[in-house]
Amino acid sequence: MSDDAGLTTVLLAMFAGAIRVSTPFLFVSLGEMLTEKSGRINLGLEGTLVFGAMSGYAISYHTGSPWLGVIVAGICGSLFGALHGYLCKLPKVNDIAIGISLMLFGTGLAFFFGKAYIQPSAPRLPSISFGVWSDHPAVRQALEINPLFLLGLALAVFLWWALKNTRYGLIIRTTGDSAPAALALGINVNQVRLLSTMAGGFFAGIGGSFLSLYYPGSWTEGLSSGQGLLAVALVIFARWNPIYCFWAALLFGAAGALGPALQSIGISRGYHFFNAAPYILTLFIMIVSTSPRRSLKGAPGELSITK
Amino acid sequence: MAETTDTPGLMFRAELLSEVRDQLRRSSEYIVIPILALLVSGLLFSLFLLTLGKSPTDFLSLVWRGGFGTSFSWQNTLVRATPLIFTALCVAIPARLGLVIIGGEGALVLGGFASAAIAIPMVSWAPTYLLLGVMAFAGILVGGLWIGAVGALRHYRGVNETIASLLMFYIAVSILNFFVEGALRDPSDPNKPSTMPIGSDNMIGVIPGTDVHWGLIVGIALCGILFLLMNRTTFGFAAQIAGGNIRAAQAQGLPVGKLMVISCAIAGACAGLAGFFEVAAIHGKANASLIAGYGFTGILVSFLARHNPLVIIPVAIFLGGLAASGGLIQRRMDLPDATVLVLQGLLFIVILVSETFYGRFSIFRSKGETA
Amino acid sequence: MSKFEISRRSLLQSSALGLATLSTMDMSRLAHASNLTVGIVYVGPRDDFGWNQAHAVGAAALKDVPGVTVVEEENVPETIAVQKSMESMINLDGAQLIFATSFGYYKPFVLDVAAKYPDVEFRHAAPLWTDSDPKNAGSYFGYLDQAHYVDGVAAGLSTNSNKLGFVAAKPIGTVLRNINSFLLGARKVNPEATVQVIFTGEWSMPVREAEAANALVDAGCDVLTCHVDGPKVVIETAESRGNKCCGHNASQAPLAPNGFITGAEYKWETIYKGFAANLAEGQALPNFTGAGFDKDFVRNTPYGAGASEAAIAAADAARADVTTGKPIFVGPINKQDGTPLLAAGASLDNYEPSLDQTDYLIEGVVGSIT
Repeated sequence: MSDDAGLTTVLLAMFAGAIRVSTPFLFVSLGEMLTEKSGRINLGLEGTLVFGAMSGYAISYHTGSPWLGVIVAGICGSLFGALHGYLCKLPKVNDIAIGISLMLFGTGLAFFFGKAYIQPSAPRLPSISFGVWSDHPAVRQALEINPLFLLGLALAVFLWWALKNTRYGLIIRTTGDSAPAALALGINVNQVRLLSTMAGGFFAGIGGSFLSLYYPGSWTEGLSSGQGLLAVALVIFARWNPIYCFWAALLFGAAGALGPALQSIGISRGYHFFNAAPYILTLFIMIVSTSPRRSLKGAPGELSITK
Repeated sequence: MAETTDTPGLMFRAELLSEVRDQLRRSSEYIVIPILALLVSGLLFSLFLLTLGKSPTDFLSLVWRGGFGTSFSWQNTLVRATPLIFTALCVAIPARLGLVIIGGEGALVLGGFASAAIAIPMVSWAPTYLLLGVMAFAGILVGGLWIGAVGALRHYRGVNETIASLLMFYIAVSILNFFVEGALRDPSDPNKPSTMPIGSDNMIGVIPGTDVHWGLIVGIALCGILFLLMNRTTFGFAAQIAGGNIRAAQAQGLPVGKLMVISCAIAGACAGLAGFFEVAAIHGKANASLIAGYGFTGILVSFLARHNPLVIIPVAIFLGGLAASGGLIQRRMDLPDATVLVLQGLLFIVILVSETFYGRFSIFRSKGETA
Repeated sequence: MSKFEISRRSLLQSSALGLATLSTMDMSRLAHASNLTVGIVYVGPRDDFGWNQAHAVGAAALKDVPGVTVVEEENVPETIAVQKSMESMINLDGAQLIFATSFGYYKPFVLDVAAKYPDVEFRHAAPLWTDSDPKNAGSYFGYLDQAHYVDGVAAGLSTNSNKLGFVAAKPIGTVLRNINSFLLGARKVNPEATVQVIFTGEWSMPVREAEAANALVDAGCDVLTCHVDGPKVVIETAESRGNKCCGHNASQAPLAPNGFITGAEYKWETIYKGFAANLAEGQALPNFTGAGFDKDFVRNTPYGAGASEAAIAAADAARADVTTGKPIFVGPINKQDGTPLLAAGASLDNYEPSLDQTDYLIEGVVGSIT
């Protein structure tokens, strides 16, 4: 294969991978962004994602409706979010630690109840073919797009607009920037945070259902490779901006496709590192984009991780 | 653990007695609340089992039998507790500064790998004690540098330590795999990519009369040393102040950056030591089996112990016992392995929530003290 | 016992069918199967649709033996935990026979425990036991590369692009051997065929497996197969991209109603049933049990819609050949770096022990180990 053809293959694979792999990142990061905007961090979204994947798959299997699975996954996610939001309002309870415990709890529950669903095949989500114009099979495949991806994009735009321009957006931002100021305005800080965390959990649950119901499209215990946790990192370098979350999620997806794509054109030396590309990339971006002196632009002032 | 206040040299006996009573009253809070939390999580878990039609008493008796009921069970428990002691320290020390490190597993993996790697050129000539010394040093050094780097990134670049340490865990795994499947692979074992073995003669033995390797003693000693470091030295006090409020600590002129980097380096060294013991006492070489999740269970241990190095010992033994009995529970009760995960998650949540009750009960307060 | 002190190699060569070595140990304690506890340890969940499930399903045969109690433990990592789990089965459940089903359990854990408990029998699912190991330990294994070879024959006649894709977990001996055999099968019927391999680096990493399968298709491969713990994702990806596929470990035929050709499956139940029969009759378990098609230890999944008449005929013929001992590795074969493995006319027996130590890919395989 010539170098040019190889490069085209890799770039096309990364483009396709960006679309295929990014959706869970996108949903979890939007959920995390919303939670963090209200001033709390929820590290438990990894557990929420895994539980969402399991519950979505189970519901799709039992009812035959993958979309119902997506919704139930979201509802389960918001229950985890409610638990987080409720517990964290108790004095002296640390949101990061509660997140880690919910990660363990959610994963444990998902594995516990998920045993019965590893084997069966559940109906999967359909995709929309945007690539019919092309006669290149790889391009056509790359443009097989799942509606959830588009929904995620729409959600990102909506959140970007709503946080900026609506009263609710203002309430969330105020709560996240300064609890005393929010209190002075008569905002029920705990309630805003509870609802934001629930909404965040809802999105993360949907992100999980994408994994089990579309790509790769089955439930196994090894389904998530830390997507829920990476999304937390993703929010930081997306600067709490929903639109940047979208681009960052695409970047993560593309990075995940890098290792297999390079091997497919015969570059295998050091594939361990190519496979670790999303993690290396995230760390690198965090190092170059943060600063110890000023707090990050867009960072909610109440957030424990940026204090 | 409650801080003992300096007792004035001259004090009336009665006053001394009431002082002691107050101390006891206040510290009993640190015993009563965790016990209540244990009971509550036990109750919740029992409900979970009952809804599944399983008997909580069976469960409890199996945990007892599998973890503590026989001499074999005790040794099983202690063997499993040993790495948890080290990895919990990796969480506990930075926690004093308010840092949440969740990537201790990475330091364990690389520490273990470094121990095994440095042994390769030495095995043929070095005497056992020298070999083990150098291996331990390599594990400590690499582990310390790895998590120390997390502390440095946090201080000098403002990179969140929780996320950074986690990302570095994934990177550590790829480094391990790159070498054990590549340049440092033992060609005689093509089916389990590993480094060259250090040789069974060089491996750390067990404590006489038991099945438990010497790592347990080292771990317990380390807990004692680090307890003294964090509670009885200026370094420890400075860390505590910085943990309370970093900006205030900076304003007071405390070298916050140094404290952070050193605490993280100590933490990583503990995890690296865990990796060393895994290599030198268990596997005899480095391979992907080093990634066994001890680092992640260590997070749980440290939080349950409220980041107190001395409390880590019993908590690690408790969780080691749970792990040891997990198999028996699977075998006898037909429950999946994830049952223990569910219990751990519940326990974790309830213990964290119990934080909120400290200082809330007047019964634990000194006379005349107000909340 | 001297007459049994022959090396495994010479034994296997002297009996081309890989006859089992019989232990000389006094197995009378196992003779009374009326009261025998058997412990089985799995490295992953018992229902993983892959390696562990294949064992669990096969081992269920033991439960039918009267008087035999089976205790099972899943998700036991290849650390001290497996040693303690086995000891716990011995000490707390009274297990007298233990099956350790994951590769990394053997050294040092099974060997250590076998030395410590000489009265308990241990059998491990990989071809690792040698006669210098404890006599109460042993190995049982199916040579799946024979089935992958037949897969390769069918795949070689099913490809238009002459490019076959292989999603592999880790570059370890068993995996490399399967890849090599798959290529040799394809080359036997289609000298133009190449096999492109992508290593995911993990036994179970579904997203990356799907990415790897897509990357292979994008690179022009039109038949995919794999060696990962759970092949579901690879098979489903191949099917959804309109390509053909061969399965691994268990039957994935229902997952690919259009493109499924055949698959390479272990038939652990043959082995476990044999053990169960031994126990029921109070016989000793063999120390080393290893075979392929000849003793029904491996099989091919029934052909799916993706198998053409020609592919079926050629695959059936190839399987018949291998069953009667015709070698898979027939020279000339070069390793990937060009160094000769076998000269023209030379061949390796299908149970040649050096093949267990495969640490190379052969010429015709695209993609490197490191």
